[in-house]
Amino acid sequence: MIRLFKVKEKQKELAENANGGVPIKKQTAGELRLHKDISELNLPKSCAISFPNGKDDLMNFEVSIRPDEGYYFGGTFLFSFQVSPIYPHEAPKVKCKTKVYHPNIDLEGNVCLNILREDWKPVLNINTIIYGLYHLFTEPNYEDPLNHDAAAVLRDNPKMFESNVRRAMAGYHVLINPTRAANRETGLIKQQWLSSWCWQAMCFI
Amino acid sequence: MADAAPPSKSRDLDKLLLRPGNLVGPSFEPGVQLRDDLQEYAKVLVVGAGGLGCELLKDLALSGFKNLEVIDMDRIEVTNLNRQFLFRLEDVGKPKAEVAAKRVMERVSGVNIVPHFCRIEDKDIEFYSDFNIIALGLDSIEARSYINAVACSFLEYDSDDNPREETMKPMVDGGTEGFKGHARVIVPGVTPCFECTIWLFPPQVKFPLCTLAETPRNAAHCIEYAHLIKWDEVHSGKAFDPDNPDHMKWVYDEAVKRAELFGIQGVTYSLTQGVVKNIIPAIASTNAIISAACALETLKIASGCSKTLSNYLTYNGVEGLHTKVTEFVKDKDCLVCGPGVLVELDTTVTLQKFIDMLEEHPKLLMSKASITYRGKNLYMQAPPVLEEMTRSNLSLPLYDLMDKVPKDILHVTGTINKDNKKSSGLRKLRVIFKGIDGVTDMDMAGGA
Ligand SMILES: [Zn+2]
Repeated sequence: MIRLFKVKEKQKELAENANGGVPIKKQTAGELRLHKDISELNLPKSCAISFPNGKDDLMNFEVSIRPDEGYYFGGTFLFSFQVSPIYPHEAPKVKCKTKVYHPNIDLEGNVCLNILREDWKPVLNINTIIYGLYHLFTEPNYEDPLNHDAAAVLRDNPKMFESNVRRAMAGYHVLINPTRAANRETGLIKQQWLSSWCWQAMCFI
Repeated sequence: MADAAPPSKSRDLDKLLLRPGNLVGPSFEPGVQLRDDLQEYAKVLVVGAGGLGCELLKDLALSGFKNLEVIDMDRIEVTNLNRQFLFRLEDVGKPKAEVAAKRVMERVSGVNIVPHFCRIEDKDIEFYSDFNIIALGLDSIEARSYINAVACSFLEYDSDDNPREETMKPMVDGGTEGFKGHARVIVPGVTPCFECTIWLFPPQVKFPLCTLAETPRNAAHCIEYAHLIKWDEVHSGKAFDPDNPDHMKWVYDEAVKRAELFGIQGVTYSLTQGVVKNIIPAIASTNAIISAACALETLKIASGCSKTLSNYLTYNGVEGLHTKVTEFVKDKDCLVCGPGVLVELDTTVTLQKFIDMLEEHPKLLMSKASITYRGKNLYMQAPPVLEEMTRSNLSLPLYDLMDKVPKDILHVTGTINKDNKKSSGLRKLRVIFKGIDGVTDMDMAGGA
């Protein structure tokens, strides 16, 4: 291609200021795929999406979920989504912004949902994730605990779990407890849950 | 011709460049002129000055390239010194690009290397436009994807959807992981681009958060617990910075405590770095092999002295040694390197009219289209909040919404109704507005 390079170099010398330059094209393949996901969203009434940075930043958005049944009925839970430029090669980063008493969500907002980490596949999409999050509220599961205390209560005493959830949603602190970390760790040694069952979201593909 | 050649410092190179051959590329014209032109006109950008980048710069300089530039945002760390052979202990803390350029210029006379100590995203399109070939020595998918999008954005297609050679920006991409590596040639419009074959990269292994929190079983689980869960618990709001040694040390210390609690062995500082930054130990010789292949392909593309690799070489030294060349095929609908569908419009066509036209267009047959232009969402069918925000655009001329650019790329998503079957699709369009000064033919800028 050297002849071509030479021709180009000569042309460049001749036409240094001929055109105003090419604007940079920054839209990545990830953004385009996300655009498709978003334009095809089909959310249940209990879920709403918003774009804090306006209509042209789809890579950062928020989803609020108002469960219409189960322990969390009546609550509103906000999640932030951060989508990488190499989406869908990589799953979005999702955090729960609402403090919640939940076995699969910790107080830092980390969420244990298999399709967000170990079971993410590029054929999944934003809709699948939102359904997966919704499902965590209708069927919290004590076998994949991130909040160990909440998981133990759900397993051993569902009535108390229900009342704890109610109290937490009403603004009371259920588990802010100075020995929480210690409890968690001793609890761990007592129960070795080696098999990890996570909710399979594949049915929503 | 060869007889007339003056004495050369590059005797071996001359054997390739001055003599005709049977296995040469289609446009090969051997001779002194070729050798001189390569030195004068070929400008190569090396992206990355790490393990592969150091090798690439040295190999390209020794292959007779005189105009090189190198871009890298990192500073030299002690742990680099075993394989990034251009760096010395006293260089720790200095920008890799600057030291690498200086060292190669000291050793190879006549070569000029311009370093750029910055992020690849910091440079504008004119910067990249200036190079004839881009050689990639990177370790991230994200950075490759970015450079690929930039290189493909120069590509133009003619009215018959044939790529125009003068707009092609060839790339040579190398990559290594331990004893494995790959070298590939990407000529946008001719070979598959990075995005056409992104599925070649295996997804990262991610541990379930609940395993990290409850049932850690190995050292990596302890490290990820400290990195992903404990960090946020202790440093509320402060982001973890993998390049900050204090942060890394903190994660390491926490991981050690966690490992002790569960009776797990094997947490070390370097494993912590490896897990957090997703690094696989680099092998100097793998870098050397892959870089040599890449440098040679760069020379072949520029000079035509031999046919180029077509198009993907894998090297595996894990058990014995295997190398294999695979010819991957382009994704003809690739959003980044593909031609897209050509659409000619009057400047008065409104966005609504345009969306209606897509339904009738024989190559698209797309209903319920959402439209995005250079990161601006012109119209979104869903969700309702975005539909409402973009609805007012429907009555405006598309030409105005595209900033009165006579020809450009748009992307559309919607439902494709083909053979009575509905499927969802994402398409690239080359839009040309009729009757605008300056558009003399149907040629059209390509790219992402
Ligand atoms: Zn492509």
